Amino acid sequence: MIWLILLPLLWASLAFISGEGRGKWLAIGGLSGQTWLAFDLAQTVGAGGVAVEHLVGGWGAPLGIDLAADGLSAAMLVLTQCVALPLAVYAGAYYKRGEVAGAYFWPLAGFLIAGLNALFLSADLFNIYVTLELVGLAAVGLVAAGGGAQQVAAALRYLFATLLGSGLYLLGVALVYGGYGTVSISVLTPLVTSEAPRLMWIAGGLMLIGLMLKTALWPFHFWLPPAHGGAPAPVSALLSALVVKASFYLVLRLWIGPFAPLVAAAEWLAWGPAVLGTLAILWGSWQAIRAERLKMLIAYSTVAQLGYLFLIFPLLTGADAVQAGVMQAFAHGFAKAGLFVAAGVFIKATGQDTVAGLAGTVDRLPITLFAFGLSGMTLMGLPPSSGFLAKWLLIETALDRGYWWLVLVVLAGGLLAAVYVFRVLRQAFLQAPANTSLAAVPRTLEWTAFVLAAVSVLLGLRGVELMQLVGVMR
Amino acid sequence: MSSGLLFACVGAILFAMGVAGVVLIAHLLRRILAFNVMGSGAFLILVGLAQRYDFSDPVPQAMVLTGIVVAVAATALALALVRRLHALTGKLELPTDGT
Repeated sequence: MIWLILLPLLWASLAFISGEGRGKWLAIGGLSGQTWLAFDLAQTVGAGGVAVEHLVGGWGAPLGIDLAADGLSAAMLVLTQCVALPLAVYAGAYYKRGEVAGAYFWPLAGFLIAGLNALFLSADLFNIYVTLELVGLAAVGLVAAGGGAQQVAAALRYLFATLLGSGLYLLGVALVYGGYGTVSISVLTPLVTSEAPRLMWIAGGLMLIGLMLKTALWPFHFWLPPAHGGAPAPVSALLSALVVKASFYLVLRLWIGPFAPLVAAAEWLAWGPAVLGTLAILWGSWQAIRAERLKMLIAYSTVAQLGYLFLIFPLLTGADAVQAGVMQAFAHGFAKAGLFVAAGVFIKATGQDTVAGLAGTVDRLPITLFAFGLSGMTLMGLPPSSGFLAKWLLIETALDRGYWWLVLVVLAGGLLAAVYVFRVLRQAFLQAPANTSLAAVPRTLEWTAFVLAAVSVLLGLRGVELMQLVGVMR
Repeated sequence: MSSGLLFACVGAILFAMGVAGVVLIAHLLRRILAFNVMGSGAFLILVGLAQRYDFSDPVPQAMVLTGIVVAVAATALALALVRRLHALTGKLELPTDGT
């Protein structure tokens, strides 16, 4: 389990030492190992039906660091490695030798993945704070990698948002420690009851707001489109598919863990995130429909898709809602990585980042366009994609409780997604103006886009295993 | 009021000032300073609230030490980015057009 954290740290450091732009094979090798480790861990957790624990260096809490993996953590680890491995292959072909934007991609990506893995494995609130910062700082570094004024400005905006978010989270941790004298999630969970002191409510609220800021839930999304839309394609894919999921995972972890009694005591609280999620879906989709730049369209679509993740909060009294949430995280993770990666191919081929510039690409880049369509299918939620499964689970749970308006929101979101996906596809099928020429693009780029998109669709057929895994609780 | 609670109250005020600074101030250097004020506030609360007994609890101090390292790293990154922005645009403020 500890190797899931050490391995990326190791290859990232080696990549940094070996110089600018190097480390591709180190990263691909390391990520292959991590993928195996993650599946192995998921197998152990899934088969044993209990959470796995590890004390780092043999020191127990409170002075040492405890790691723990249950079904939710194992699932997120599998998602992280499975998205990162194809992205590493893609990035290897995407950055040309000596390109400024790719100079520090490998070390930063390694540190980012190490931070993500550590976050999913952490068993105490403070360690989670440290890993949140690791993830945030590495992500800001990746956004700034282009080095242009626009990227640096987007990176700074992102940095302040993420620092503010983790600052609020840290204050929450401080209040929790002041109230209970522990930060271990497993110790804390039985201690907190619905009669918890006012301090706990404040702590919960601060942490929730901080994490929503980091997950870019509407209206805290302002930093996301420039950061994700302006970065190079492999970076956008990493950020949109994985980084925002980390803080969502944390909200989920806290909400079904220590803060569950507070939510049960005041059920209306759970409607706050759901209402914001609804607005995120509507507003994000609307902006995506209007966007002129291709990557901005995909970035706004991320804002919309993140909204679905928060729709599950009023339903969390049952375990099936968690499964719907994780399924949506998987569906969006793979599909959004596929979309950004496909967009990267289009931009490389046409030399411009506009939807209008896509005309005629269907003849020259059929695989990429097919990948874009498949990912779009997942976003819309057509069967048999994982997006369909996620929406199905969500609708089923919502109908069980009689929350029919959530169903309406989910269906409307699917339709709006169809509008912006088809807007891109239609443009690609149009006749190209006579004088356009498309640059040649390495085949690896096209096929990695295809693999990511295909996984997002085919995952729907293997959803049962995933849901069983998520059912294993700490 | 015990000294621990006093620390915590001062921490809360500092934190609120810091948050206001990060959100409202346009000048980037002052914003970074505001972030540091915010962090210090959180650390004061962490140490202050934990001092309810006669002996001092080592765990929050270890946490604050870790937190300070994180804050220094974040400040360094922010300063590097601000310097880069200043070199490119000659300004110490973010462009307002949202791009």
